[in-house]
Amino acid sequence: MKRLNGIRLPRKKRTEEKPVKPIPLPERVRIPMLMHSGVPCTPVVSEGDLVTVGQCIGKSENENSVPIHASVSGRVTAVSEYRTITGETVPCVEIRSDGEQLLSDDCNPPKIESREDLIAAAKASGCVGLSGAGDLIFRKLEACKKPKLLIVNAAECEAYLSADSRIMIESPDDVIGGIVMLMKLLKIKETRIGIQTDKPLARKRLTEAAADQKGIQICPLPSVYPQGAEKVLIFHTSGIIVPENQTPADLDILVLNVSTCAFLYRYAQTGIPLIERVVTVDGDPVEKPCNLLVPIGTPVKELLEYAACQTDNMKVLLCGGAMMGSKIDPAEAVVVRQQNGLTALKRVSTLRETPCIRCGRCVDACPMNLMPMDLNSAFLRKDPAALQAGHVGLCMNCGCCSFVCPAHRQLAEKNQQAKKLLQKEGV
Amino acid sequence: MSLRKPKEPVSPFIRSGASSRKIMLCVILALLPAAITGCLNYGLSAAALLGVTVGTAALSELLFRAVTRKQQTVQDFSAVVTGLLLGMTLPPDFPLWKAAIGSAFAIIFVKQLFGGIGKNFANPAATAKILLMVLFMDDMTVWRLPLTDSLFTLPDNVQTASAVVTQTPLTGAHATYWDLLLGNTAGNIGETCALGILLGAVFLWLTRISSPVAPLTCIGSFTLLTALGGYDVPAQLLSGGFLLGACFMTADYTTVPVTRGGKCLFGLGCGVLTFLIRHYGGYPEGIPFAIVMMNLLTPYLERFTKPHPFGAAYPVKKKRSVSER
Repeated sequence: MKRLNGIRLPRKKRTEEKPVKPIPLPERVRIPMLMHSGVPCTPVVSEGDLVTVGQCIGKSENENSVPIHASVSGRVTAVSEYRTITGETVPCVEIRSDGEQLLSDDCNPPKIESREDLIAAAKASGCVGLSGAGDLIFRKLEACKKPKLLIVNAAECEAYLSADSRIMIESPDDVIGGIVMLMKLLKIKETRIGIQTDKPLARKRLTEAAADQKGIQICPLPSVYPQGAEKVLIFHTSGIIVPENQTPADLDILVLNVSTCAFLYRYAQTGIPLIERVVTVDGDPVEKPCNLLVPIGTPVKELLEYAACQTDNMKVLLCGGAMMGSKIDPAEAVVVRQQNGLTALKRVSTLRETPCIRCGRCVDACPMNLMPMDLNSAFLRKDPAALQAGHVGLCMNCGCCSFVCPAHRQLAEKNQQAKKLLQKEGV
Repeated sequence: MSLRKPKEPVSPFIRSGASSRKIMLCVILALLPAAITGCLNYGLSAAALLGVTVGTAALSELLFRAVTRKQQTVQDFSAVVTGLLLGMTLPPDFPLWKAAIGSAFAIIFVKQLFGGIGKNFANPAATAKILLMVLFMDDMTVWRLPLTDSLFTLPDNVQTASAVVTQTPLTGAHATYWDLLLGNTAGNIGETCALGILLGAVFLWLTRISSPVAPLTCIGSFTLLTALGGYDVPAQLLSGGFLLGACFMTADYTTVPVTRGGKCLFGLGCGVLTFLIRHYGGYPEGIPFAIVMMNLLTPYLERFTKPHPFGAAYPVKKKRSVSER
């Protein structure tokens, strides 16, 4: 089968063999009311309230949101504001931990017996895509009316990150349990787990755990970035091409991240909502790279301290991996639900853009078979027709083109601006 | 939406570390084996000639960018590559001032007037070589045997390329295939040492700086036609400027299609045209003409071989009105 283009990233997964450790309980957490792609919640607690772990502290009537829960027990010290990575300012609940970690009475294993129960549970648990995008899982389940195929994203193609790998290695039964649950409730006959060949141990564990299960197939993917991109993953595991302007749900395909599957399984068992997650802390100024189990809302400062990051040498701190992460403020930012990594970098390219030399590397790198250099010049001369003809809408901002460009041009970034330009022009 | 926003780093936050300058330096490195052999064979005058073409090219670029107040690009070394490549296609005793004209022409008229690096439609070195061939035919056809002063010129009765094809073996009919491979023969400075040229080309292919597609299809189609025509294949391949042009000029970035299919067609075209010009044309060398002619086709080759965007609908044939662009 033909493989889509991509790039070989330098292997930087130093944390692959680092078991997940819980971080010492933070003194104070700040929980933003928006940790999914959708509408922010409104706080339902106020200053002075006592909260317990798993208690709902934010809700919204809007259907594009999920409730938000307290990750520590203690007293609400303030309801303030928080600037998210997308630049929105949303309310945020600050809780001073009492160190007890008392579990809320609301946390009871839910009854999940049908598709509707599953959707309700996914909503109540506050489940979002755990691999970075933060899409609402219950909306995904709703959109996919009669899924035929479940594709599980275990690629983890980003540089540095290994949170998903550790979950597969340490709790493969949760992953497979979640998949079996989903298959049963949604009546899916076939599941494919796409995993990069550079994770032999995780692959072995999953294969062992899935040995008795029917219909689960583990598909090795080449260790080429970006295998985890939805369309690439679907194509490489099943050979199906998702047409432009269509979603996998339109083709009756459900795509979930491996950690999301494991979370759904655990929620079904315990009823504890999404209040903590595994975060990889790595990057060149980080002296003790590690995988940490972190309560949502923990200031990233504490993670950096725990991992002995030389903050003086740090140029940029990222939520997520080095290829697709977003810049965050080390003093202010907290760990959010969709954050799979915390990447600190000593250097970032600030080299001046030089003229395109038409080397064609971007064309050879683009997984979507676009011509990034042509799109770039079309954007610079503000030519919506050429952008449209070049299918700029297919760009998923994976960054392969910018990565390889010897002229240091911000090709991927300009494509995102181009998409906005097209929207504005109403094309 | 201003483009002069403050420099905020954007994703991806790691880069491959490639730069235009590193690429050009590698190309220079790849050209050196053939260039150095040429200098050793033909002595100081060859070295001086290369110095003049390189110096003039760099100076022209520097001055043009400075005078037109554009972002300076001389530091990317692309002008040096052009100068070096042009110098290597000239005979060792070519007058220096004429070489300087060629070099300045290549940079100013072929490259900069079209917008500089990445914007020119024809290969500057090949175009300048054509200009010099047209202007100074006599000087272009005087060669010297290695390590000697004995000159070699085209026999008077030879008017067409058909006999010259192989400028070099004519030198005394003593040049064996080995001589051709090692550059132990009369010819242009950088074109005689086939081994050095191949060494450089393979280095560029292995380091993935240039794609071997166009050079290989060019050499392949040329070899096939030469064999079918009943000519001496190794002599045809190893002599004249074919190998240097095929290995380096068809692997140029700017003037060759970026798509693999386009490169393939480009190479095929170059091979065929070189064959035709060598055997039926009026000039002693065909490859620069072939390359420039194919350069003209590059935008079309590229358009027809564009990869199909993943998941994009195949265009439905629709009638195009004349007024539509």
